[in-house]
Amino acid sequence: MATTDDTRPVAVRKSAPARRQFLFDTARMACGVGMLGLGLGLYAKQAKALPAMALRPPGALAENDFLGACIRCGMCVRDCPYDTLSLAKPETPVATGTPFFTARNVPCEMCEDIPCVKACPTGALDHRLTDINKSRMGLAVLIDHETCLNFLGLRCDVCYRVCPVIDKAITLELVPNARTGRHAMFLPTVHSDHCTGCGKCEKACVTEVASIKILPVAVAKGSLGKHYRLGWDEQTKAGGSLIDEKSMVDLPDRLPEGMKLPGHYDPGSGATAAPGAVQADMPPGMPGSSAGPVPSAPPGLGGPSVPSTPLGMPGSVAGKVPSHPPGLGGGK
Amino acid sequence: MSAKRVGADALEAKGWLGTNKWLLLRRISQLSILGLFLLGPVAGIWIVKGNLAYSYTLGVLPLTDPYVALQSLLTGHIPEKLGLIGVAVVLVFYFLVGGRVYCSWVCPVNIVTDTASWLRRRLGIKGSVHLARNTRYWILGMTLLGSALTGVVLWELINPVSMLHRGLIFGMGLAWTIVLAVFLFDLFVMSRGWCGRLCPVGAFYGLIGKRSPVGISAAERSACNDCMDCFEVCPEPQVIRPALKGAASGAGPVILSSACTNCGRCIDVCSKDVFRFGSRFNNAIPVSEAGGLHTATSGK
Repeated sequence: MATTDDTRPVAVRKSAPARRQFLFDTARMACGVGMLGLGLGLYAKQAKALPAMALRPPGALAENDFLGACIRCGMCVRDCPYDTLSLAKPETPVATGTPFFTARNVPCEMCEDIPCVKACPTGALDHRLTDINKSRMGLAVLIDHETCLNFLGLRCDVCYRVCPVIDKAITLELVPNARTGRHAMFLPTVHSDHCTGCGKCEKACVTEVASIKILPVAVAKGSLGKHYRLGWDEQTKAGGSLIDEKSMVDLPDRLPEGMKLPGHYDPGSGATAAPGAVQADMPPGMPGSSAGPVPSAPPGLGGPSVPSTPLGMPGSVAGKVPSHPPGLGGGK
Repeated sequence: MSAKRVGADALEAKGWLGTNKWLLLRRISQLSILGLFLLGPVAGIWIVKGNLAYSYTLGVLPLTDPYVALQSLLTGHIPEKLGLIGVAVVLVFYFLVGGRVYCSWVCPVNIVTDTASWLRRRLGIKGSVHLARNTRYWILGMTLLGSALTGVVLWELINPVSMLHRGLIFGMGLAWTIVLAVFLFDLFVMSRGWCGRLCPVGAFYGLIGKRSPVGISAAERSACNDCMDCFEVCPEPQVIRPALKGAASGAGPVILSSACTNCGRCIDVCSKDVFRFGSRFNNAIPVSEAGGLHTATSGK
């Protein structure tokens, strides 16, 4: 780096060896510390991968923002009245020192005053969360249909019963039990617009390994896509069809010969088949056949009009099973 | 290995208590701060909640580690009001008493590295990997830049200081392995390696107290008999020379380097009572010039 055109006085000029030494020292330091930084940076990237079973406290920012906002002070842990939260230890696969809980061990009790959020000095737990029912710590997913007792046709219902937002976050949906042919299955069904991810269902699930689990919302939720519209919603909103139906080409309905569907609207002709005009040869089970069974109903749930039920099978004898729950019988 | 132990002269001249006064006070300070934090989880008496990153005392006094807060700020997050007040309180306090008072009077790792240093002397372990003392400022800069780039409070991923303190209060887990690593590093690899060369927390607190009014003064430097005990025992021995030996050049007698931790160990081990706590305004030459002088001599 010796420059011959240096016009400064000799006393001001740094000696070439000293300058070389300075540059080397600086380069050495920059490279050494740079390597440490690279390692730390990659480690930070790993730290962002929060394991699915580790849940953040209510109001926690998205994981990317959370790791920049949380200073690992543990105030939320201290103010949690149920000892739900703990700070990650170095060996925990969660960024060291950050608060988390495992639903299967201790779920969130959803305190109405949300003390953990109030205690947070940085807002890593967002202070704008004032209604605990609006928190989204995760989303319950009935992930294993093979082990869930309700899916096996039993009446466990425990997840539904313990849910703090019962009948909104988890409902029981009735479906005919194809195995027995005569019972209902009460399927616990989670609704993401109400589930807070508190984890009480996962904690209470009676199977040895929980069949319902809290997953990160991003993992649990699908997305229709921004362009997607539901025709029936749009039609309701618009108060009518969104297209000119007169000019619509209506392909022929593929029905058995000579059959008409009652109430069927044919946009091409603008005509609606008269309701109740059931063709005599219409097979039972088709929509509109007054005595037809539930279309997907297994044998045994059908009404007396099922002609093909063999003798001796349930439903063949007058089609009435005494213990039938109302609404499931074929004869509506 | 010299036959005479460091501080032997002082022991003879001032007795055991006189030779260990400031050390004892520091250990009492470190342990009572830790004790206050532990009182809650152990005995259920909640005077202080939290840890060294942020604490809340008696429901009135918030204290925030400004280094952690700065990293968080650089990721683009602004803390809540209490967090910000805590930063201000800590900045003012450490500016007044000396930035690295945090290191020698509060930080739990200080006990670990002091022990390593003491053992190193007792075992006569010579030789140490050389690393410039300004490495810590490079690491400090790297963690600040890295926090901004990764969006993660970067140093907190591996900070042994918070791992030890948090470990003691919230559950240790494997954090002890990191602490043991720091101990062994200081003992066998690098003399005064962690606190003196690597730790960016100490570097940051040093910068807070760069112009702090409280400092150690070699007020009676004319009485110095060159026993070198203060240099032996000082965690940052480079800070002593300008103050102790600067009479000829007009420097001193107050130690002005921000690397000085105000631990007072030099006061303890000096049999001639050369050192005492003083104010940087008691310097022979104006503070502004001395400040320039000290920046030129420190950090190497």
